[in-house]
Amino acid sequence: MTLPPNHSASHRFPAGGRAFPHRDLIAIGALERHEILYLLAEAEQYVEFNRQAAKHSDRLAGLTIINAFFENSTRTLLSFEIAGKRLGADVINMHAAQSSVKKGETLIDTAMTLNAMRADAIVIRHGSSGAVGLIASKVDCPVLNAGDGQHEHPTQALLDALALRHKLRELGHQAEDFTGLTVTICGDVLHSRVARSNMLCLQAMGATVRVCAPPSLMPAEVERVGVEVFHDFDAALHGADVVMMLRLQNERMDGQFIPSPREYRHLYGLSPERLALARPEAIVMHPGPMNRGVEIDSTVADLPGRSIITSQVEMGVAMRMACLDVLTRKARGVPGWGVAKGEWV
Amino acid sequence: MKQLRPLSITNGRLVTPQGVVEAPLRCVEGVIVEGDPQVGDDMVDARGQLVVPGLVDLGVFAIDKPAFHFGGITRAALMPDQSPPLDHPALVRFLAQSGKPDLWVHPLAAATQGLAGAQMAELALMRDAGARAVATGRKWIGDSGVMLRLLQYAAMLGMVVVSHAEDAGLAGNAAATAGEMATRLGLPSAPAGAEALAVARDIALAEMSGARLHLRQVTTRAGLELVRAAKARGVAVTAGVTPAHFMLSDLALGDYRTFARLSPPLRCEDDRQAVVEAIGDGTIDVVASGHDPRGPEDKRLPFADAAPGMAGAETLLAMTLTLVRDEEIDMPRAFDLLARNPARLLGVAAGVLAPGMEADLALLDPDTPWVVDSREMAAAAGNTPFDRQPVQGRVTMLWKGGVAIDR
Repeated sequence: MTLPPNHSASHRFPAGGRAFPHRDLIAIGALERHEILYLLAEAEQYVEFNRQAAKHSDRLAGLTIINAFFENSTRTLLSFEIAGKRLGADVINMHAAQSSVKKGETLIDTAMTLNAMRADAIVIRHGSSGAVGLIASKVDCPVLNAGDGQHEHPTQALLDALALRHKLRELGHQAEDFTGLTVTICGDVLHSRVARSNMLCLQAMGATVRVCAPPSLMPAEVERVGVEVFHDFDAALHGADVVMMLRLQNERMDGQFIPSPREYRHLYGLSPERLALARPEAIVMHPGPMNRGVEIDSTVADLPGRSIITSQVEMGVAMRMACLDVLTRKARGVPGWGVAKGEWV
Repeated sequence: MKQLRPLSITNGRLVTPQGVVEAPLRCVEGVIVEGDPQVGDDMVDARGQLVVPGLVDLGVFAIDKPAFHFGGITRAALMPDQSPPLDHPALVRFLAQSGKPDLWVHPLAAATQGLAGAQMAELALMRDAGARAVATGRKWIGDSGVMLRLLQYAAMLGMVVVSHAEDAGLAGNAAATAGEMATRLGLPSAPAGAEALAVARDIALAEMSGARLHLRQVTTRAGLELVRAAKARGVAVTAGVTPAHFMLSDLALGDYRTFARLSPPLRCEDDRQAVVEAIGDGTIDVVASGHDPRGPEDKRLPFADAAPGMAGAETLLAMTLTLVRDEEIDMPRAFDLLARNPARLLGVAAGVLAPGMEADLALLDPDTPWVVDSREMAAAAGNTPFDRQPVQGRVTMLWKGGVAIDR
């Protein structure tokens, strides 16, 4: 299968670059609902594309994409690398552990260095909230946020939405968005950038979002973001259509937040019995990596027909291909995508 | 530099604690004197301007003369958070001389050795070397036993203890106040109550010890309530604040602007209003700059990794004048906050236009409009959270001890 011509999404979206008038993808919070839907629509072609035996396109041929990961990552880095390579780009991975960051170079200097190497897109993960936006303000090419501290992880929220929408379609729902759906996000909400991006993305798509965690792992005034706050997991599960579990981010914890993993599981572990409290057919999600036996039991994680955890990984590649495609359209001179300087909003 | 000839400022309006009065002001040998201008005096015509005391800035982190002089500051109390910390008499003696003749630096002695919060520093030796008060530094002293003994000892020496009121256990590595903004930005945050907790303990210990306690920055409604109640009981406690906490709320953190990374962090809008009210009702005694110029190596970083602090000396006066313009306070009260009260806390004969006081003076045009520009500051660095803000009020002339300062 060859890819359809660029800008394949239907006429329901604004023409050309106005469908996604951003140079960078830093935060879901900066996007409008129709822009999120546009990225999801663009990703659909890649879902099909990735399921073929021969899955290589030259769409981004000649472009250099740098994956600059200042924090360890396996799955996100791999997903971005595969996405770039399948589109024919030259992908370079920069690991902070091997970089001059360890030698005391400042983040800005690193950014300037990457910029001077004339990357066509930079994918960045960094341990500090706001760091990716800071780099983006110093470079000339599109920047994709692959996770910044406890702020956002926008491609994760997009791929979760894509995976969820696929599952819903499989179940016979044809709606484009998540209106009427109740999603319960449970786990270490405080330290989770995935939770922040998902709270915003799911709500932008019409879902009702509940968050559930012990008070020590719940961010202050999170209800002001529009979500319902629960501390009792059973209550949070009641009537939920989707259960999204989060990992305990031990590496981000500064002090003791829970007495023990065993106790955490007692209160917040998703067991088959607990899952039964949600709606029948409720969908189970997890951004990975999972701590099996802590926040999620293996039987639930592997539950056929209900768990879409592996589908999330699959959709991740398609979603990131779509993001790289959309953000490099200007550089590639795709008609309607802001040839003139400063045409980005 | 000694004042060689008497100075007479005429036609100006003097800002005194009793009110703004039209009168001449005469200074002889560095001191304000009674009496009318005389033939042979250096004459300065201050028509259309205010004659005000030079500002006494209680709590700066760097000696930054161009910025201080721009802002009308003639005396600055230097925080002990230097490298190395001001915990040794020789350092104090050196720094006490370092600004003369046109700026007087009043070093604040480190309360504990290395500012580590454990072992008391040599306070009496530092007092006799020129330290005007004792300060805990950027941090709170977590150990209540150490704090009580410190307060008792400082009380014996007649030194005010300047404390940073933020409970260390709650504050941790927080870069923001817990709330919607910190949650949206994903910043490490501490509840605003970290301040009230520390204020309550420090007041209780001050009451026990009979010491004079100055809380350098009180920035929350709850903390200010505690100060108000303690004052009503007659506790010898005073409170200060910087303009950031009466001008800005944590909304200024949007976009991760590190110039708004402060310690204590910016609070919610209700707390900001509480600070304005407390300035109005006298709960807050001192407005200081907290001047802490920080260059790009400290500020061009992700928000939580950046060093806290703002370059505040140049904007201190103009920001405080906004409270006068908004009729929260009157002009004499503004200079109580900026000069008279801090001078009293430090025990120096300055900060007020009265006979016998040091002739630290400024001419102020309170209406001159200007725009704060972080790229063109007199300070060693332009890390101001008020960048591009239009303000009014500018110092046009400045004297230290009756001698005009070439700015």
